[in-house]
Formats: sequence, structure tokens, C-alpha cells
Amino acid sequence: MKEIILTIKRGLRLPVVADELSPDKLAGKCVQEIQAIKMWEGNRQLALEDIFRVTEKLNGSEETTIRVVGNASKIRKIGFEMSSGSVLVEGDAGMYVGEDMTGGSILVTGNTGSWTGMQMKGGRIEVKGNTGDYVGAGYRGTDQGMKGGTIMIHGNAGNEAGCWMTSGNIRISGNTGLFPGIHMSNGTILAEGDCVGRAGAQMRGGKVIISGRLPGILPSFAFEEIQEKAKFIDEKILGPFYAFSGDMNENGKGKVSVRVSSNPHLKWCEQYLEV
Amino acid sequence: MYDPLNRIEGEKADISIRDGKVVEGVSDGATIIDASGMIVMPGGVDIHSHIAGAKVNAGRILRPEDHEKDVEKHTSITRAGTGHSIPTTYTTGYRYAKLGYTTVFEPATPLMKTRHTHEELDDTPIVDKGCFPLFGNDWHTIEYLQQGRVEECAAYIAWMLRATKGYAIKIVNPGGVEAWKWGRSLVGLDDRVPNFELTPREIIRGICKVNQLLHLPHTIHVHTNDLAKIGNYQTTIDTMDSVRGLGNENKPSIHITHVQFTGRTGSAWHNVGSGAPEIADYVNKHDHVTVDMGQIVFMNTTTMTADGAFQYMLYQLSGNKWLNSDVEVETGSGVVPYRYRRNNYVNAIQWGIGLELALLIKDPWRVYMTTDHPNGGDFTKYPKIISWLMSRKAREKSLARINRIARNKLDLPDLDREYSFSEIAVVTRAGTAKALGLKEKGHLGVGADADVAVYNIDPRKVDPSRDFRLVRKALKKAAFTIKGGRIVVKNGEMVETPMGRTYWVDSSVSEGLRSKVESDLRTTFTKYYSVQMDNYAMADSELAHSSRINVKADV
Repeated sequence: MKEIILTIKRGLRLPVVADELSPDKLAGKCVQEIQAIKMWEGNRQLALEDIFRVTEKLNGSEETTIRVVGNASKIRKIGFEMSSGSVLVEGDAGMYVGEDMTGGSILVTGNTGSWTGMQMKGGRIEVKGNTGDYVGAGYRGTDQGMKGGTIMIHGNAGNEAGCWMTSGNIRISGNTGLFPGIHMSNGTILAEGDCVGRAGAQMRGGKVIISGRLPGILPSFAFEEIQEKAKFIDEKILGPFYAFSGDMNENGKGKVSVRVSSNPHLKWCEQYLEV
Repeated sequence: MYDPLNRIEGEKADISIRDGKVVEGVSDGATIIDASGMIVMPGGVDIHSHIAGAKVNAGRILRPEDHEKDVEKHTSITRAGTGHSIPTTYTTGYRYAKLGYTTVFEPATPLMKTRHTHEELDDTPIVDKGCFPLFGNDWHTIEYLQQGRVEECAAYIAWMLRATKGYAIKIVNPGGVEAWKWGRSLVGLDDRVPNFELTPREIIRGICKVNQLLHLPHTIHVHTNDLAKIGNYQTTIDTMDSVRGLGNENKPSIHITHVQFTGRTGSAWHNVGSGAPEIADYVNKHDHVTVDMGQIVFMNTTTMTADGAFQYMLYQLSGNKWLNSDVEVETGSGVVPYRYRRNNYVNAIQWGIGLELALLIKDPWRVYMTTDHPNGGDFTKYPKIISWLMSRKAREKSLARINRIARNKLDLPDLDREYSFSEIAVVTRAGTAKALGLKEKGHLGVGADADVAVYNIDPRKVDPSRDFRLVRKALKKAAFTIKGGRIVVKNGEMVETPMGRTYWVDSSVSEGLRSKVESDLRTTFTKYYSVQMDNYAMADSELAHSSRINVKADV
């Protein structure tokens, strides 16, 4: 199959809705057809070629690859509803990267906007830089967040990562904002850096693992035990961790694990350990 | 052509239209629409659909996710909008027109928020409309009835209908919403309303008498007490029975709305069953009742009602987000999103109750098709419901996919009645127009409004029982919708977007009674309300397309 290279021709001031930029939709189209695809920039509908220079290259792989070159931080919905193939963004990407995707992979070398992997059902998203709020969350108002797949953020993430998620995995190597795992009912969030706080609020299931510092645990969480290690997909993360269950305001079936060594202020839990 | 009010059942006929009315004949130069091989019916009349007002708009604000995947771009003649369960006003008008509906009634509007309802109705294109203000928990109404001053109550309601430009009296959980505001709940019809000396039964009977004194074109429109509670079918029957003998024997005196929600048997959630046979039996034996289905469709929708108590219960059951409102001394209301699931036992039973009702009530003139939009599902699902009514095969297909225990418990699999096109015309337009007292709607006789729906399906060639999918497809997009003599939809697409009228009823009471009630209100408004009486009433000029119906009251 082929690699489609989309080079951004000019600076973008207004948001571009690029829900056609997925391997599924571009596969089988020739360069002219791709250039003619309509997309919205602000309130104007343009052809794709007004924004991108399109070239293509044959490669030996079975799948279609899209490479976006340039500053795409205003381009939204890259990889929308994709089910296979891969997308490589060399630089930043905008909001809604990989929205509703069911398979394939997206790699962004720069930063991404908010709602990365919104309501995704499968596949893999990797972001080398930072990301905004609502990683793997649902659209505003919905109670259906991410339902499957994996998101890897190498930098920092904003607030409410994994909001309403029902399955899948999110790994944030940098720091995390407020409320990771809010409303989540299943799946795992691993925050390797520090967290601003309120982890797992209103969670009804699933796991939030925090390796860095968490200023405090919510009062609606109950201390359970000290566990030696935590598990993220197949990886064992060495602890020890304080394990809490909550949110007791919901059904209390979620788990929050916080690393002992980075959180000396949580030492008070240990008095509740059964001897 | 199917025109049940004029006893036309699938005959070939011509309709002549001039100046928005059906006439005897027209000159040769008239535009001709060839509808041969198609079904022609009067424009649809929806008796109960929440399309405008404060709670509908609150629902829109509460649910951005409802609109996200259903966005309509503007065209050269239509406006942009969003849809799904709570469409924007313009989209509501367009979608109704595409279904062949030309008249829609908003069935619950808090008195003091009716100005908002009319502002939205004025922005709902094509369809003619009206609204039913809420009186069942209104302090003024309850106080007058408690003091036995039925005539003053009638004069008050007439004043209020004029002030709010309302069409009929809506009663929602009479007394129950008021009780819930005090943290109490009423069971059945005979618990006393807190701080008042009367019961829901007395409120319903009192307002029913008022309705007759005022000669309103529609009956009282009642959402019963105990809605959605287990075993509530008995309350529904009691409510229907409470007004028996009050009115003219041959004329309906009460309309019970969305009976699906109030037709449950059982003693706990795990043994909820269908009370449709009992209710249908009562309706078959008594002429004073009309009902509508309130059918549910398996989908993610938004429930909204003035029954704040019910919405609180649904919020606790579902854990979904919830919006509640206390409308001063008048009523309450709530909004909760809800997803009806096939494999949920109670939802599957609910689905069965609605259809059983429609199939077991023998007279189609007294049961109407609604989904209580958007409570049971949005109105764009009507073709689906029609196919269930017309085809046992369609029902079996859906039955095979619902919760197994519910399937075994329902009578629905044994019902083999199938509606004819003529009966469908009754439950969607002729019957509803008759129940609403709209003389110029729901039929195509000379003098009727020229509201016509044409569907591209040939009843001589298609057997709706077998080819229910073709029926569904044809009804989804009308080949032509004509509103007031203008073609608004052609092949399922909008071609023109005129604005419809707003009907309201002005029932004139005697001058003496009117001034007496007005002086009562001056005192109570200062005592009860945050709004001054002089700012409360809507002027006639506030309606963009006002259509007043004058009646003379008996008082």
C-alpha cells in the first residue's frame, strides 16, 4: 500500500475540521481525489489542497499510512473513526485526535489538544509531547468515555483524564491535572508523574495508579492495604503502593493506588493496617 | 385517499385546493400534483409532543451529547440546527413536515413560563401548534376548588388561558407535585394534598367540571398520579372512573395521556407486568375516555415532565444527570436522560404495554399514536411504531430481540390484530383532530385546511403486514407535504418553509365573574408571586401568528 504525505502549506489561524484524515477514508483514493476532499476552516468550506500539499509514496506495508508534516495544532479530528492503518503527525496536532477510532495507530511527535482519543473503542494513540484535558474522555455531557484501546502520553496531561472511561488503558508519563479517572467504571490509568489531586472522584470501577505525588486522597476513599506492585496491561510496576477503594459516594468498587515512597504525607494510612 | 372523518377508505379521488382550503373545484390553470399510486392522507395531527418551552430548552442545555452526532447544516431555505431527542425549534418543524405532520400540540407548559413556550413555538416553522398550560398543582385552582367555588375557578382558568394563550387544560400528577415539594408523596387518588383540604380525585373532578363549563374544544388532558410506579394501572383506571357521569355520555370528558407509563401491574420491579388488558377493557366499555399510547422506542432519549416527583425517582433509579425546577406556586418539573434497552426487563415490558394498548382498544378513534416525544422516543420514530401496529411480522421481529422473561410475560405475541391504513389515519390525524376539537384539521372535506400528506406507497400493491419495511421507508419521507395549500416537502426534502399558526382558546365568562376573579387575583398575586399581575399576562400581539378560537362559557 502507500504512504500519503500531507504537508501543511500555510499558517492556520482558524480551526480546521479534518474528519476525513483517516487511513480508511483516504485508502484507494488517488492524489487528485484527496486534493478535492472538502473540509471546513472556520466557517468556510475548502478543498483539502488549499491547506495541504499532497504527495504519495509506495511502501511495502499492507496498510495505508498518513503522514502529516507541519504545525497541525489547529487541525481537529485527525484519525476520526479510523479502524486500521497508521497516522503519523510530525509536530503538534489539535483537539479530538483519534476520536471514535476502533483500530490502527496514531503517533504524534509533538503535543496534542484536548479530548485526545475521545470515545475511542480500540487501537493505539501515542503522543510524544503533552496533551490537553479530557484524554480518553467522552464528549461534553455524555456518560460514555473511552471504551477500549491504549493511549500513551509521554509528556503531561491536563484535567479529567479518562473521564467516564469504561475500558482501555491510559499511560501518562509526565504529570497529571485534577480528577484523573473521574466517573470511570473500568480500565486503567497509570500516572507516572505527580497528580494535582482528587484522583478517582466518583469512580465506580477500574484502576488509577499514581507513581508520583498525590497531595491527598479524597475522603470518600477507604484505605485497604499496602500492595507490593501494580499492574498496567502486562507490565508489573514495582511499589509499594497504598491501595484505596472508592468512590464510596458511588459504589466503592474502584481502586486508587498511590506510591508509598513519593507520598510520605499518606503515612497515616498505615495505622489502619491489620497487624 | 384515506380520509376517515369523511368515510373515504382507500378510494381514488381528487382534492382541489384554493387559498389554503379544500374546495369543491378549481380552474384549469391550477397546479396539478400527480399522486397516483400513492397514499393521500390529511396532514398529521400530534396531540402530545414536548417540542417547546422551558423544560424542553433546559433539556437541550443539559444534553450537548444529544446533539453532537445529529447536526443539520443550513440550506438556501432551511436554517441550521441540531437534532436527536430534543431538536432545535427549526429542526423540529422541518422534521415534522417531512413525516407529513402539519399540526403539533405542546402538552405541558407551566403557566408563568408559557411566554417562553410561545416564543419557541413562534420559531417552529410549518406546523400549526398550540399548548396546554398546567393546572393540576396550581394554588389558585386548588384553592378555588377547595372552597367549592367551581364557577370562580372556571373564570380563573378562562382568565389564565387568555393570559397564557393556552389551548386546553393539562393536569400532571394532580396534587402529587405539590406534595413532593413538601417532601411527601401521595398514593392513589384519595390522599390529602398537604396544606390543602382536598384530594387528587377532587382536583380532577373539579377541573373536569370547569372544562365543561368553559366549553373548551379539548377535554382535560391528564397525566395521572403514580406515573411509572409499580402497579399503577389501578390509579389510571380510578382516574378515568373518577369523572364518569360528569359529562355528556357520548362525548369524551377526559383524555389520559401516555398510558404506557401508567399501565403497570405487579408488586416489585422484578414482576412488573402489563396492565394494558385491564385498561383497554375499561376504555372499551366506557365512552367518556380517550387515551394516547406514549409508546417507547429502544433508544437513548431525554425524559421531561412537569411531574418532578417522577423525575426524581428516575434520577435515583438510573443515576443519570437530573434537572429539577420548582415553578413557584404553579407546578414543578424535571429532566433526566434515559436509555431504553431491549434486554432490560422493565423497558421491554414498557414497550409491550404501549403496543398492547393500541391493539386491545377496539375503537381507534379513542386511542392515539404518540411517543410522548421525547419521553418514549423522538417523533421521527413514528414510522417504526406504525409498522409495529400494521404488521404482526414486524412485532415478532422486535419481540425476538427483547428481554426473554418480558417476552414470555407479555400478551403481545398472541395479538394478531393489524391496523389498516385507514385506522392509521385515525390514530395519527383524524382521531387526534377530533379529540382536540379542531374542525378544519384531520380531514380533507370541503372547507378543511389544505394540509395534506402524500406517501409514496401503493396500498393496492404493498401488503403492509408483510412489507412493513416499505411502509416504514415511505412514511419516513413524505413524497409531498402540503401545508395551508403550499407545498412544503417534496420527495422528503423541504421546498418551502412558511410559519404555522398558534391556536388558543378564549372562553368568555360573564363580566361580573371576571372582575370578581381579577380582584381576587390582584391580592393573591401580591401574596404568592414574584411577578406582578400586570406583567404576567401575554398580550395578543405577542404571538406572531395568533389564531384565536372563541367559545362562550356557561358561567
